[in-house]
Parts: sequence; structure tokens; C-alpha cells
Amino acid sequence: MKIAIASGKGGTGKTTLSVNLSAYLAEKEEVVLSDLDVEEPNSGLFINAMAVHEEEKYKMVPVWKEDQCTLCGICQEVCNFHAVIQLGEMIMVFPELCHGCYACSELCPTDALPMVPKKMGMLKHLRNDKLSFIESRLDIGEEQAVPLIKQSHEYVDEHFPDDIIRIYDSPPGTSCPVIEVTKDVDFVILVTEPTPFGLHDLKLAVETMKELKKPFGVVVNRHGIGNDEVLHYCEDEDIPVLAKIPNDRKIAVLYSEGKLIYNEVPEVKQELDKIIAYLRKLKQGGVQ
Amino acid sequence: MKEIVIISGKGGTGKTSLTASFAYLGGSDIVVADCDVDAADMHLLLQPDFARAEDFYSGELAKIHTDNCTQCGKCAEICRFDAISVIDGMHIVDSLSCEGCGYCARICPTDTIENVSMNVGKWYLSSIKTGSVMVHAKLGIGADNSGKLVAKVKNEAKRLAEETNKEYIIVDGSPGIGCPVVSSLSGASFVVLVTEPSVSGLHDLKRVYELVKKFNLKAGCIINKSDINEKVTQEIETFLREKNILHIVNLPYDEQFTKAMTNGQTIIEYDKNGLKQMIVDSWNKIKQTIN
Repeated sequence: MKIAIASGKGGTGKTTLSVNLSAYLAEKEEVVLSDLDVEEPNSGLFINAMAVHEEEKYKMVPVWKEDQCTLCGICQEVCNFHAVIQLGEMIMVFPELCHGCYACSELCPTDALPMVPKKMGMLKHLRNDKLSFIESRLDIGEEQAVPLIKQSHEYVDEHFPDDIIRIYDSPPGTSCPVIEVTKDVDFVILVTEPTPFGLHDLKLAVETMKELKKPFGVVVNRHGIGNDEVLHYCEDEDIPVLAKIPNDRKIAVLYSEGKLIYNEVPEVKQELDKIIAYLRKLKQGGVQ
Repeated sequence: MKEIVIISGKGGTGKTSLTASFAYLGGSDIVVADCDVDAADMHLLLQPDFARAEDFYSGELAKIHTDNCTQCGKCAEICRFDAISVIDGMHIVDSLSCEGCGYCARICPTDTIENVSMNVGKWYLSSIKTGSVMVHAKLGIGADNSGKLVAKVKNEAKRLAEETNKEYIIVDGSPGIGCPVVSSLSGASFVVLVTEPSVSGLHDLKRVYELVKKFNLKAGCIINKSDINEKVTQEIETFLREKNILHIVNLPYDEQFTKAMTNGQTIIEYDKNGLKQMIVDSWNKIKQTIN
């Protein structure tokens, strides 16, 4: 079962929920937690585990072979991303803009733009008993998260059986990286906070999940601040509210120290139990 | 004219609440740009009138015209994004996977694939309650090219600021370090980093600062919720000294931020116990530094 933990707004508690839910589940069963917020991966700060494997991740980009080039200009013409530009008698390649479509390389009549690997980030695989943790980290200056997220999915698919629970910590927002994280999952948990910003961005995330035709539910974090409008909205829209994590300064302090909270704050454990019960029911096909 | 960009790396540190406060203090001297186009929230505090709205087109999407298609499969063969699949014997484009590179259309032997330009969102030019103007946007659901929409919002803000001789542009950036953030940093005179004293806050601050350094930009930092963890606050302060980043202010953890937001107000309008003065002082410090 694949579960993505996402949110429109940043800082609502995606990582808190991902790490606590994963660690709690892993007390009893095998769990894979994959941190796919590759621009700012934080889950690893909360997980104590031993390194199993580490690898550099590459994307393919063209490189100009001056001696083979006839300056015909086809490469520049076929690149929709302005990543290949002809300047006088030179071809300039901007790897950070390249999407790796291979059009310039394969349509070049003289093979003057072969594709070569360029490092874009790192993937780490760690393990602590039943919890496996995969972190992917984009290099600073790389602008595109999607290729690295794709490769992380491939790594998880190759290394773990289908039947164990997989939790994907998603980046914030509603644009392409979020789509890449959520498009193949079985269920999405949207974490929000009961404030006007939280509600506004939750609505965007809900629209996105409806567009993707993904089943989803909401977890309200910092329950008790703000107002009731998030709960009213979920009720009006028939969106299941899986849990309400209380607003508690103690949780903020534990989080700030990089600690797990479910063993320290009993209410959090109770709320996690509700989420787990919902997921179990879902797996058995008991939730419409 | 100076451009002040406010970013945070990590989400939820209070970036938008502070940007809106600075916008309020700047009054009619400034143009505001909300470049967090993925999850644009600043309008909830500044109440723009959405006076002018325009569609924004960027990027393309492959579309196969089925009547001319011979189902030869060349398009699916060359597509590096697995965006073309065969369903019931017909080649179909999955719009969520298509990156719009246009390669398939170029090699299609029967010219049956068209590149359709994509409406990726809307951008707006509004009057706001501070007597100034705001440029903002809404990215379409699941749309690509948020970096380009950010560039559009910024360029419009810049054009307006130049035409009307404004002193400052204040830009609310998005979380992360990817294309929308890079886009919002281009052309900045000064970057304000808003962080919080948590292990995640510090981790993300360091990464986003690396990016700021790559662009050789001057930066200052606001530590929000600084009393949540004094030890990490000290670590952040040490980091700021080492990197020569201006330490603007430490703000306390204060639920007034949420209450002001719930009222649709900036903290400057709402505050009852001294937070306002700290933000006024911060704004003055930022202005002094860049002038």
C-alpha cells in the first residue's frame, strides 16, 4: 500500500506526521518511508538508523562536441526549454534548464550533442529494524525536482516488495513535484492547519487530488488554533477527517529538537491509531 | 528601485505574515509581488481587488489527432517521459506525464501530433488596502512551469514599480530551493530569510542560503518563534555570524500571528502587545541596510 503525505501549504506538519506514523507502524511491521521533499528533505533529522547504501543520482544532459558540429541550428530549434542556444559559432548548453528529452541529441545530423550523465543529487538508504528509510536530496542549484523523485520511486520499487506499507513524504504545493509524488499512490493524506492560510491551500490540494482522481483524507494539525472553518469545509465536501493533532507547545518543542512525539504525547498516539485504523479499513476495501 | 525577496527554505516559518506586514508598513512606496504561486496566501491579508486578470500560457502539451494517426508507435518509442501509452490500440498522451518537449510532434511521420500551448494559470494586478498595488497569481492545478509564472509576476511588478517611481518591490517567495525559488531570486537587491529554531528550520536555512550565495546576493535573517528552542536559536545566530548574514531580529512564538490571519489582518494592524514595534524596527533595519 502506497500512501503520500502532502499539503498545499508548507510547514503544516507533513514531516512530523510522516516520521511519527512510520516509526509507530514499524514497531509492528515492515515500513518504507521515502522522503521525496528532495529540495528540503527533513525526515532524516528525526530518524535514527544505520546507513545501508548510498548512491549519486544523475540526469542525462547533452554536451557539445565542437569538432563534429556544422552549426546547422537544429538543436536550438528543437529545444522547447531554451536549454540549447546557438551564439555565433558556439552552441551553449544550460543543463539546469534541460528536461532530458533527447530531442537535440537524437535529431542532430552529425551526432554533435551526445547525452552524458550529470549529477543532480544523492540517494541514501538507511534501516532501523523494521523501518527502512530512503532519502533523496537535490543538489543546490539544480532546479528540477521531478527527475530525482522519479528515480527515488524506481529505487523503492526495485528494493521493496509491493505488499509492505510505503509512506511518501511529499513537498508542499500543488505543482509538478507533488504530482510526481502522488500520481501512483493508493491514498493521499493532506495535512492542514485550521487557519485561513491552511484552508485556502487545502482547497487547492483537494482540487489537485480530485483532478488526479486520488482518494484522500485530511489530518488537521495544531487543532485548537484558528477557527473551525477547515472542519466545516471537510464536512460540506464529504472529506474524511482522519485525525486532529492538538496544538501543543510541547509538540513544537519536541519537533524543534528533532524528536519523535508519539511516545511523549499520548493524544498524538491516539490520533495516529485513528489514522492506522482508517488505512487498515481502506486496505480491506471497507472505505468507499 | 530596490527589490526585497523574502524566502525561507522551509514552509510555515511565517514568511507570508511578515511579508504582508512589511507591505503594510511600506504603504504606497512599494509594489507587492506574491511569487508563491503554488500556494498564494498573501491576498488573504492584503485584500486585493483582483481588478485585472489575465490568463498565463506557458509550455506545451502533445495532442494526438486520432483520425490521421497510423498507430506506428514512433512517438511512444522516443518519449523519455513514458507519456504516450497504447489504450485499446490507440496511442494516447497522458497529460500529467507529458513535459511538452515537442519531440514526438517533430518525428511523427504523418504530422498528426500537435503541440497545444497550455494555460497554466492566471495572474492579477490589484489595488490593496495599503493604498498600493499587488501583482499575484494562481497556478493551475498540477501545472508545470511555476518558475515562468513567477518570472511573469516579478516582471510585471518591476515594470509597475519603474513606471510609478516606487522605491521598493517586496516579493514573497515560495518554499524549497527549486525553479520557482531561483526565479524569484533573480534580480533581487536583498534577501530576507525567515527561519525558525528547529532542526528542520536550521537545515533548510543552510540549504537555501547556499542558493542565495550562488547568486552573490546580500541577505538578512529573521528568527521567528525564537523562544521555542533557545539552543537552536543560538546555533542559528552562530551560523549567521560565520556567514556574515545580517541578523535582523528574533521574534517570539506568538499566536497573535494566527489570530491576525484569522481576522484577515497583518500583525501591524492587529497587534496588542509589542510585536508590531519589533516588525517596524526590522523593516527600518532592512531599509537602512539596502540604502
